[in-house]
Amino acid sequence: MSMTMTQKILAKHAGLEKVEAGQLILVDLDRVLGNDITSPVAIKEFEKIGATEVYDKDKVTMVMDHFAPNKDIKAAVQCKTCRDFCDKYEITHFYDVGQMGIEHALLPEKGLVLPGDVVIGADSHTCTYGALGAFSTGVGSTDMACGMATGKAWFKVPSAIKFVLKGKLNKYVSGKDVILHIIGKIGVDGALYKSMEFTGEGVSSLTIYDRLTISNMAIEAGAKNGIFEVDEQTIAYVKERSDREFTVFNADMDAPYDEIYEIDLSKIKSTVAFPHLPENTKTFDEIGDIPIDQVVIGSCTNGHYKDLAEAAEILKGRKVAKRVRAIVIPATQDIYLKAIENGLVKTFIQAGCIVSTPTCGPCLGGYMGILAAGERAVATTNRNFVGRMGHVDSEVYLASPAVAAASAVMGKIADPAKL
Amino acid sequence: MKTQGKVLKYGDNVDTDVIIPARYLNTSDKKELASHCMEDIDKEFVHKVQAGDIMVAGYNFGCGSSREHAPIALKESGISLVIARSFARIFYRNSINIGLAILECSEAVDGISEGDSVEADFDSGVIYNKTTGKSFQAQPFPEFIQKLLKAGGLVAAIQSGEIK
Repeated sequence: MSMTMTQKILAKHAGLEKVEAGQLILVDLDRVLGNDITSPVAIKEFEKIGATEVYDKDKVTMVMDHFAPNKDIKAAVQCKTCRDFCDKYEITHFYDVGQMGIEHALLPEKGLVLPGDVVIGADSHTCTYGALGAFSTGVGSTDMACGMATGKAWFKVPSAIKFVLKGKLNKYVSGKDVILHIIGKIGVDGALYKSMEFTGEGVSSLTIYDRLTISNMAIEAGAKNGIFEVDEQTIAYVKERSDREFTVFNADMDAPYDEIYEIDLSKIKSTVAFPHLPENTKTFDEIGDIPIDQVVIGSCTNGHYKDLAEAAEILKGRKVAKRVRAIVIPATQDIYLKAIENGLVKTFIQAGCIVSTPTCGPCLGGYMGILAAGERAVATTNRNFVGRMGHVDSEVYLASPAVAAASAVMGKIADPAKL
Repeated sequence: MKTQGKVLKYGDNVDTDVIIPARYLNTSDKKELASHCMEDIDKEFVHKVQAGDIMVAGYNFGCGSSREHAPIALKESGISLVIARSFARIFYRNSINIGLAILECSEAVDGISEGDSVEADFDSGVIYNKTTGKSFQAQPFPEFIQKLLKAGGLVAAIQSGEIK
C-alpha cells in the first residue's frame, strides 16, 4: 500500500515497512521539546517514572520562552525547576535568557530539526517544523516526560489532506495569509487528527519562513502535523545550520488522501481572522472601519527576520497612530541582532513602536502587552480565543506582519496595499 | 469502570485557554489550577461543580494549546467524564495519559441537557441519561488505549512495563 509523506516518516521511526491510517504505533523520537510552562509538569511525571537519566542528552531540549524573562516569582520558580533539571541531567540544548528565543523559531535556526526527523514538543505549535519536511507534533507534559525517559511516543497513524500549491504570492501577501485562508476554508477542526501535506510547484515560490508560518498554524485547523515537500531551499537552509545526516521522504504518487485542495497562491488576498476563532476570516472587501488599541508583531508564528522586515518596510518614515501601542518582538537573539544591525529596530523606535527581548509574552496573555476590557489588538500571533491576550472582553484580530504594521499606522485594521 | 453525576453542558470549540487561562500557568499546583477552571467561559463553574459531575460539549473540545493543565484542572475540579462530539487531538491524548475519562458521542450530546443526571460505563461506552431514560453507545477505545487506561495512564504503563 502506498503512503503519505507523514506515514513514511512514521513507518521508518517505528521500524515498520508500512503503516496505514488508524494504526497505533510506537515511534523513536529524534527530539523531545518543552518550555518553561509545560516542562515543570513533565519533570514531575519524569520523576514519578523513576528514570535515572534521559534517553539522550543531546535530544532533550528545553527553551525558557513563555514567561521568561521571568514575569513574576512563580514564573521564576518554574524556570528554576527547568534549569535545575537540565543541570542535573546535563541537557545539551537548554536555552535560557541570553540564548533563548521563541522555541519554534529557535530550533530551526539552531539546526536542531532536519527533514525526516520525528519531533514531539509539549507545546501545540511544535507542528512548525513540518516546514522542513519533518514529522513534528504537539503533545502534553506526560508525553514529554515519557519521551524524555524512553525516547518513544505512541501515535495513531494519521490520514491526510493534500494541499497542492501553485502560482506565487502577490506583494504584501505572505504565509500568514495563506494559512488563515486555508483555516477559513476548512475550519478549526477541518483537519482534526489528520496531516496537512503541502506540495506542488507553488511550494518553491514560498520562502522557508512563509512555510514555517503555514506549518505553525496547522494546529489551528486541528491537524496533527503540517508538512511541506522538501526542495532545494529546504536543503540549503538545513545544511547551513547542521552537518547531521538526514533522509528526505516523499509521498508515493498514489498515496491516499481524504481530500485534495488546489490553492492558487496568486489569488490569495491579505486575510484577517476576527474574534474569537482563527476560522472567522475576512478579506479587506468585507472589513469596515475597526479602530484598534494595540498591535503585536512577533510570536512563533511571525517573529522571523522576514516578518520584521515586512513590517519595517511599511513603518519606515511613518508614525504609529495616536492611542495605539505597537509592540515588536523579534523571535530570537539572532533575529534581534540582525534587526539592530540592519536598522529595523531604529525604524520601529522612530515610528513609535517598542522592541522587546524575545518572549511569547502577550501572545498567550502572559505579559508585555495585556489587553483591558473592550480593547482590540491586531496581532501576528496564532490564536484569538476569548481572553487569549488579556481580559475576556478584549479582542484579538490575527493578521500578517504587513497588515499589522499598516494597522498600527492607520489606528484601525488596514490593508497595506492601500496605505 | 463506571461514573455518575450531574451534567454541565457547553458548546463547540471549548478551547484550553478558557478551560485554564494562560495567566494561571505560572503554577502546576493542581488545586490552584482547579480554582480557576473554566473561569473565562463560566465564572460560576467552580461554585457549581461537584465531585463526579460530567461535562458535555460539542465539537473540537479542548482545542488550542497543549497545556496538560487543562485536563488536570478539569479532573481536579471533580469532573469524572467529558462527553463531546469530538475532541482536539492533543487534549484527547493528554486526557488518556493522565487518566481523565472522555467519550465521543454526538447522539449523547444531542440527548443530554444541562443538569441531567447521567451514568456512564467507560469499558462498554454505554451512556445512560437517568433523567430522560435514554441510552447512548459511544465508540469504545482501541485495545492499546484501553491498556493505557487500565494501567492508570502513560506513566503507570511505563512503570508496569506495558510500554518499554
